[in-house]
Amino acid sequence: MATQAPATAGIGQPANLSHTAPRRLVLEVLHDWVTTVDHKKIGLMYIGYALIFLVIAGFEALLMRVQLAIPNNHFVSPQVFNQLFTMHGTTMVFFVGMPILFGFGNYLIPLMIGARDMAFPRLNAFSFWISAFGGLLLYFSYLGGSGLYGAGAAPDVGWWAYAPLTARVFSPGHSTDYWTLAILLSGVGTIGTAINIVATILCMRCPGMTLNRMPLLAWLYLVMSCLVFVTISPLTAAQIMLMLDRYVGSHFFDTQAGGSAVLWMHFFWIFGHPEVYVLVLPAFGFANEIIPVFSRKAIFGYPAMVAASVGIGFISLSVWAHHMFTIGMTAGANTFFTLATMVISVPTGIKIFNWLATLWGGKIHFTASMMFALGFLVQFLLAGLTGIMLSVAPFDWQLGGSYFVVAHFHYVLVGAILFMIFSAFYYWFPKMSGRMLSEKLGKWHFWLFLIGFHLTFDFMHIPGLLGMPRRIYTYEADRGWMIWNMIVSSGAIFQTIATLLFVYNMVWSYFKGPIAGPDPWDAWTLEWSTSSPPPNYNFAVIPTVDSRRPLWDLKHPDDPDSYYE
Amino acid sequence: MSQAAVIPQNATPAWVLPSRGIVGMACLIVAESAIFIIFVVAYLYYLGKSLTGPTPRDVLELPIFTSICLISSSLTVHLAVSALHRAKQSLCSLWLAATVLLGGIFIGGTAHEWYQLIYHDGLTIRTNLFGTTFYSLVGLHATHVVVGLIMLSLALIFSLNGAMTTRHTEKLEVLSLYWHFVDAVWVVVFTVVYVLGR
Amino acid sequence: MLTRPVWFGLAVQVSSNPTTIFAPSGTPAHSIFGLSLLVLGITAAIFLVVAGLLLYVVVRFRHRPSDANAAQEPPQIYGSTQIELSWTVIPILIVVMLFLATARIILLTQNATKPADALDITVIGHQFWWEYHYPKLGIVTANELHIPVSDPRHPTPTYLTMTSADTDHSFWVPRLAGKTDLIPNRVNTMWMDPQAPGLYLGQCAQYCGTQHALMLLRVYADSPADFARWVAHQKQPAVEDPSVAEGRAVFQHNACISCHTVAGTVATGTFGPDLTHLASRDTIASGAIPNTAANLRAFVDNPANFKPGCLMPPMHLNQHDLDAVTAYLTTLK
Repeated sequence: MATQAPATAGIGQPANLSHTAPRRLVLEVLHDWVTTVDHKKIGLMYIGYALIFLVIAGFEALLMRVQLAIPNNHFVSPQVFNQLFTMHGTTMVFFVGMPILFGFGNYLIPLMIGARDMAFPRLNAFSFWISAFGGLLLYFSYLGGSGLYGAGAAPDVGWWAYAPLTARVFSPGHSTDYWTLAILLSGVGTIGTAINIVATILCMRCPGMTLNRMPLLAWLYLVMSCLVFVTISPLTAAQIMLMLDRYVGSHFFDTQAGGSAVLWMHFFWIFGHPEVYVLVLPAFGFANEIIPVFSRKAIFGYPAMVAASVGIGFISLSVWAHHMFTIGMTAGANTFFTLATMVISVPTGIKIFNWLATLWGGKIHFTASMMFALGFLVQFLLAGLTGIMLSVAPFDWQLGGSYFVVAHFHYVLVGAILFMIFSAFYYWFPKMSGRMLSEKLGKWHFWLFLIGFHLTFDFMHIPGLLGMPRRIYTYEADRGWMIWNMIVSSGAIFQTIATLLFVYNMVWSYFKGPIAGPDPWDAWTLEWSTSSPPPNYNFAVIPTVDSRRPLWDLKHPDDPDSYYE
Repeated sequence: MSQAAVIPQNATPAWVLPSRGIVGMACLIVAESAIFIIFVVAYLYYLGKSLTGPTPRDVLELPIFTSICLISSSLTVHLAVSALHRAKQSLCSLWLAATVLLGGIFIGGTAHEWYQLIYHDGLTIRTNLFGTTFYSLVGLHATHVVVGLIMLSLALIFSLNGAMTTRHTEKLEVLSLYWHFVDAVWVVVFTVVYVLGR
Repeated sequence: MLTRPVWFGLAVQVSSNPTTIFAPSGTPAHSIFGLSLLVLGITAAIFLVVAGLLLYVVVRFRHRPSDANAAQEPPQIYGSTQIELSWTVIPILIVVMLFLATARIILLTQNATKPADALDITVIGHQFWWEYHYPKLGIVTANELHIPVSDPRHPTPTYLTMTSADTDHSFWVPRLAGKTDLIPNRVNTMWMDPQAPGLYLGQCAQYCGTQHALMLLRVYADSPADFARWVAHQKQPAVEDPSVAEGRAVFQHNACISCHTVAGTVATGTFGPDLTHLASRDTIASGAIPNTAANLRAFVDNPANFKPGCLMPPMHLNQHDLDAVTAYLTTLK
């Protein structure tokens, strides 16, 4: 950060002596960032890294949408298309979603609980770098095999890498190996960061901050990290088994030797389903901080929100086979997984109602951040409802594996999670950089992205209802899918422009945006009590708190939260 | 403000939170347990499903002696921690050495068992489903034992040259937690592979 | 917003589409259709209520700077046990109801009793074609499935017993039934009973490799008479037309016979589709290409002309042999 004081400044020095401090050499700055163990810098590296991959994976999606806009298109070959959808999915889940959420968590959690850093700073740095290496390894695959022409040896087995398609005999090149190793490495990083988050939250809260007074964002990251321990590990185990099959000749998923393709499915989805909750819980955490501030009210039903989050974490471990309704399980199994999946809608619904109740009776400020949060609310509601539809096993027998499912999960990933991430950017960018993002550009970003999102993902449900399966590089002209695919593809253009606008906003505002000050939103949690950006040590004096909204208590001494809790 | 009773400062309870090392190791243990559970599930799923080759009953013998060694090493490492806690440096070194020795015997026993299986019984990881799941599960456990032995040996070296003192007790305790985990996994593996599976 | 003609056009398009799930023919598809209307109705109602509330809230409680008390914070409400209880209990009730309706259809479809005169077909999925055996009728064919129409008064459903020879596939003909996967080393069953004759389209619905997109399904529901005629024809060995003897020789002296079967000849390969009655089919390459002499010739010359990544290699025949073998294949009616 060019505006920070030199690294040798002692504790107590103000953070912005830029007009007197000498400019540091580029090499010094680089060394600082590469060797840092500071949670804020690591958080920013995670976020920057994820944004780069967001653009790359978005570009892969754009290529796919051009190919699918008309039937029997020849924009890309079938082999390249199959690599594109594999890389797009793998990148978005592991190298955009996870890092960006860990980035925000890393940056915010210590600040919000009154700590000076994460529990294990060196582990923190190690986790980042090994995850980053995983991403680079995945993309190096484009250069493997026959090289860039023909997309090299990039993985082409789908992001679930079903057996036995991944067996040596059906995938003789190295595409599967790149997929497996890249994710194994980043999985190590993920588990490391999760350990850090749990240890930080349980062991480093400032005095007075009982678990009952912790910001909900911290609660959601706590649940998410606990989920990571039991979710990423099955994938790690299954991938070790896959590598043994491919290299040592074992038979875990070798159907010729009596092995089971279904076993891979179970292991993968025991990871895969809780994984989507790992991705969505932090988004809930952002909503729990942002919606109250821009409604000017405390979150409605804090204990219920905690209980619902923990409940969602537990129930999410029991629903995985709703991804396997079509593989021929017994009626009993299908029935059980239908029920479990429907049950998870109850705590999820509670959260939506609590957010509604927070807005009720408030004074809603339509900042760019809040608009994205409101978009999240509507879209998450819809996504949850299409999820209920898919939980009905017979309905899934028709719509599973079709574009209806693709529309559903993009509604969650983009319409809910990405919208909430955008909201989080507009909310916390001032804290991280010291400057405000342009609200005007932010609103352009919002409306353009909203239009593009709905054009693409609302209409994407229809080809699914009309029988279009997923993962096909082309389709017959007589199916009647073309008009819908054209509309879907057109929405991608709006989303691209909106995202580029957003990136421009960040870059421009970092240099030229209005100075933010410590608390631009008149908010109530501890991170807003530091300067923007916070000094290296976060807090000169570790605070003591006695309610859930310490800054509210300071600003409203006549009506503090501590009365009511 | 007027409603709440005034609580004198020195009567407020001390703000005590769990230790980071213990919490961190507990989390790691949860994650590792999940990995082991998946390998155990694969083992159980494929029991009796091998198309060919030796079955567990044909080739497996109960590894009583090595198991006793490994389980006892949990006791010895616990004694090492409590010795360090009481500032008994050389006693700590002794118990650490005993732990490493017992763990080493376990690994040696496993190596011997595998030698027999591969060269005399013709069971390798690629022979059949039993071979695949046996070697991967027992091998994963053995790998964890080796990592633990390396860490314990390092601790032993630090204890012998005086670098590890009583103020490092908690760190050693964290390591011992890992070692207890490794032993607990062996109890499960032993039961599943050598008792249930045969 | 969307005017009535547009909605009507949408409805027509949707219901006349060959693979829509909203034009069911046969019991499995019908029961799913009925259930899906219930589910759509419930979810639509929930959406209207909740989104409506949200819209109301966002309008009614927006911050108006011109208000008298604009600078004041609104009353802080921390929760309400009663309200929270109600929006826990009501969703639970909805879930219970939806679950019971669903469980009923699951059991109905999966545990249906199989009538004595059901037709049994064994389906084996391949990269990237469908193999069909009619064990009781002694027929082997590929890619185009013929089944009898089922009269609801005397049902004659078709039961498919399915597995795969290589990777995972999925059999999805939306108008007839939900999809069921074909998985190697595993046997799955499904059934269908089309009640109107016609051609039902579908395609493989589980990513199985490069040409997953062109592994299409064509299910011909024939009237009982037509079906009997088709069966009788399929039972015949291959046509032996002397005028294409040269082409037959080319076929039988090349690698063709190691992958393909032509009943009654030396060709007994099973890696590729059975070609005994190839010329009786409307399409080749698993529904991807119309079955014309020109297409056949181009396909045999180099399958990658149509299906790059399909497992049949280019045969490297010279032009003369290519003409001859194409002529031969077109006689295999």
